[in-house]
Amino acid sequence: MQNATRIAARLADLKARGKKGFIAYVTGGDPSLAATEDIILRLEDAGVDVVELGVPFSDPLADGPTIQAAAGRALAAGATWSRLMGMVARLRRRSEVPLLLFSYLNPLLVRGFDRTARDAASAGADGFLILDLPVEEAAKNFQTLDRLNLDHVGLVTPTSPAERIKRIVAASSGFVYCVSREGVTGVQQQLAPGAVKLLKATRRLTKLPVALGFGIATPQHAAAAVQEADAVVVGSAIVDRFHQAQHTATGRAAAARWVGTLVRAVKKV
Amino acid sequence: MSRNVNKSAGQPGRFGPYGGMFVPEILMEPLRALEGEWRAAMRDTQFKRELNDLLRQYVGRPTPLYHAARMSAALGPEIYLKREDLCHTGAHKINNSLAQCLLAKRMGKTRVIAETGAGQHGVATATCAALFGLECVVYMGKVDMERQALNVFRMQALGAKVVSVTAGQQTLKEAISEAMRDWVTNVHHTHYVLGTAYGAHPYPGMVREFQSVIGREARRQILAQAGRLPDALIACVGGGSNSIGLFHPFLKDRGVAMIGVEAGGLGIRSGQHAARFAEGRVGVLQGTRTYVLQDDEGQIRLTHSVSAGLDYAAVGPEHAWLHDIQRAEYSYITDDEAMDAFHKLARWEGILAALESIHAVAWVIKHTCRRWTKKDVLIINLSGRGDKDVQQIAAWEQAHRKA
Repeated sequence: MQNATRIAARLADLKARGKKGFIAYVTGGDPSLAATEDIILRLEDAGVDVVELGVPFSDPLADGPTIQAAAGRALAAGATWSRLMGMVARLRRRSEVPLLLFSYLNPLLVRGFDRTARDAASAGADGFLILDLPVEEAAKNFQTLDRLNLDHVGLVTPTSPAERIKRIVAASSGFVYCVSREGVTGVQQQLAPGAVKLLKATRRLTKLPVALGFGIATPQHAAAAVQEADAVVVGSAIVDRFHQAQHTATGRAAAARWVGTLVRAVKKV
Repeated sequence: MSRNVNKSAGQPGRFGPYGGMFVPEILMEPLRALEGEWRAAMRDTQFKRELNDLLRQYVGRPTPLYHAARMSAALGPEIYLKREDLCHTGAHKINNSLAQCLLAKRMGKTRVIAETGAGQHGVATATCAALFGLECVVYMGKVDMERQALNVFRMQALGAKVVSVTAGQQTLKEAISEAMRDWVTNVHHTHYVLGTAYGAHPYPGMVREFQSVIGREARRQILAQAGRLPDALIACVGGGSNSIGLFHPFLKDRGVAMIGVEAGGLGIRSGQHAARFAEGRVGVLQGTRTYVLQDDEGQIRLTHSVSAGLDYAAVGPEHAWLHDIQRAEYSYITDDEAMDAFHKLARWEGILAALESIHAVAWVIKHTCRRWTKKDVLIINLSGRGDKDVQQIAAWEQAHRKA
């Protein structure tokens, strides 16, 4: 049996205390790796439980305009895998915040998946969520992650029938990510009607914590989303806030305070 | 129906180590449904009859296999051109669009979307959507919209909405990503008519089957006209649908060489090309494992070709497999060589070929004397006509005369 990762330990601790979790996404290197390091520390201070750190990719086909643009800025500013892992290692000297790497497959394959996974483990990351690696294709990669005690978070969506959900949760560790609606990442005005149904169906099939994401942008929204889930994921809205903040210290402080309002809304549930 | 597709150990749609289904989870079930519907349709005699009737009456099949006498006299071997340029809408793309739109109708979808590079697939899909009364949206890179303005007008005249894609380098790759984003959002009522033998399973195998009509006809025609099988097949390779459509029915004919011609752009050393087999390495892009032009970080490289339809960073997975097992060989032609061949073919045969297809013609002009003699028989797939390219060619020539 493996040791619990920081991700699993944090979510288990929340559950034991009857609290809901808050997961925040940021794109690594947008607009610089130093900025990302600072933002992650601020997110932790704001009460964020898990940080999803986006590995920038040139062709992010599951992402909407906000995260596409963030990846573009990160790559233009010179974000590379080794620099990103350097940032994670530096961050680990100051913080134990659980870190989930959120990536497309190709940037993880180019130097060999095993080596990439070892880099991530030794830098101090806690797991991977690989967007374009469905469970059918994932067996070997997940074995590699298991050997390194890294989580592999699976995604379930409104189009996934029960048999698929079963297979996905069985191959997942850390938590299961429920995508609240059909579409790409990006802010929505309200929670999709199918989300609750999907959460309930997923819950019946797994003991892993279940997080709901895609499109959550306001405290009310986050509080509503977390009713049936163990945690919410907020991505594009946070990326957008920090981008609009012009990445000044005061701007970032204000953006982090705004994230704090979402976190508090979730913690009250 | 799908020879050479391994369905091993829960890993569907493999061509050796290539292919697969590398897509977001949200598309897995829709792709499985599509595969099921495709396989059911191919067993359905009524579907097949409807498709074949339309291929004959609407598309104008079979297309001629034309013996290019003056070109043959100039170069040596007997050269035959498979005239896909004579299909309705001017390229082979309609073979696939027609079949997929029929499938969409069968699945009860009311809306089709497509990506397009040169615009030929967009025009073919817009045409078939009009034919079946389906709503149609075509995603096209902004750069391609400029260099293929005529096709933009044609799609709009056919009732399609053409959406300009401004991400990245604003060409085919970004158009595919944008079409996939639309599909994940509207998957309930929308079918994605992918235009080439690329992407996640079942597309590479399905598009190849729909395009194999080219090779089946060509095989029958060359046996009737030349009395024997050809020595070589030559076709351009962007995603690779016209080439796989020609090659596939000949795969078991071991004596038939197959040459796929990629876009050499400004030359391999310039770095500005789309020759995936020259400089690509194995990766995963837009649903499939194949040869991809990428940098040391796994970021997709920018590509260049004078031909919008060949200007793409990855190649269909079955080509990757045919390359590795050495059943087909892959080469490239530069922009300059393609432009030169455009004029040569026009003067020899009175045919203005598409800039994509002319890469295959240019390869034959460049390499024939070293490999073949008068006794040999070659088939070139003339996958599309050049009307869409004339303005771009005129502009290119003006720029080069100045230079």
